[in-house]
Amino acid sequence: MSSQYSDEDFDAGSRVGEDHVAGQLPHEPPAGGVRSELTGYAIGLVLAAALTAAAFFSPGSQAIYGPGIVMAVVVLGLAQVGVHLVFFLHMTTSPDNTNNVLALAFGLIIVSIVVFGTIWAMYHMNHNMI
Amino acid sequence: MSAPSSALRTGQDPYHLGHAPATGVPEYTGHGAGGPAPKRVVVGYGFWLFILTDVILFASFFAAYAVLVHARAGGPGPRDLFDLRTTEIETACLLLSSFTCGLASIAVARRSLLWTEVALAVTGLLGATFIGIEIHEFARLVAVGAGPDRSAFLSAFFTLVGCHGVHVTAGLLWLGTMMAQFRAKGFAQNIRHRYLCYSLFWHALDIIWIGIFSGVYIIGVLMQ
Repeated sequence: MSSQYSDEDFDAGSRVGEDHVAGQLPHEPPAGGVRSELTGYAIGLVLAAALTAAAFFSPGSQAIYGPGIVMAVVVLGLAQVGVHLVFFLHMTTSPDNTNNVLALAFGLIIVSIVVFGTIWAMYHMNHNMI
Repeated sequence: MSAPSSALRTGQDPYHLGHAPATGVPEYTGHGAGGPAPKRVVVGYGFWLFILTDVILFASFFAAYAVLVHARAGGPGPRDLFDLRTTEIETACLLLSSFTCGLASIAVARRSLLWTEVALAVTGLLGATFIGIEIHEFARLVAVGAGPDRSAFLSAFFTLVGCHGVHVTAGLLWLGTMMAQFRAKGFAQNIRHRYLCYSLFWHALDIIWIGIFSGVYIIGVLMQ
């Protein structure tokens, strides 16, 4: 039963001089071909470029309700951050990525507290000083 | 018989998360059934934590800018100073350089020195173009009397955008050393791990720039 596994099957790349992904044999080329990886980056580039173009066109555009343009730019920016995270930084739901996603979630909480907390506190302080 | 083995090889649930240890999998005490994560994953995680702290640094500068953007001391505001055409070209340079950095990652995974160096050289040229345009813009602002000493708004602007520019410049230096290391040392494990960190850094700088071109430039032009 145990003979079908070699130690290498479970070696997690901790040996000096060799590196492989758990679940892949050493020297095995990355799963999927060059074409599929290229497609991933190309999709990311096209989506990011489209969102960027939409953001830059929105100030002079009549397509968006005037007072809502600022919010539209914010939403387009957040969407583009998502595109970059998925297609360029390869954030996925795979087990290897769980820690990265949790750290990202914690980072986003801190960033939200810093940015919105500062704006909120300073707005009210300015208001009270008048 | 071959169920755990094939699951391992196709990468589906290699650690058997949420399941009892697969039959035949040896117990690795203290490491879970699948063993410790590969070094590539651990290195990436550590550098990702650094990047998130860097993002928090930028968040503080964003917050300072948002608070000070109306504190102009009678000086010029965003609408008087910013030229969105310049920002568009900068954005295109940085987005394309992020894409070519991804192409370099594909070449590194295939151990192709030629394509690695070509993709990194294009990345570097696009990054250098970005920095050149930014320095030109800063020089123009200082020349019209809108330097960082003019108002709190401009201090916050130069701090935020300048900090990003410094990061890109450091990234360009790092990129040069990566090109040299691939040439001199080949695709050894530690070099590939350095490259992984570099690519995370470069992609993250593009994400910060999304916040700057949206929050500072486009919304700035929309503000009174």
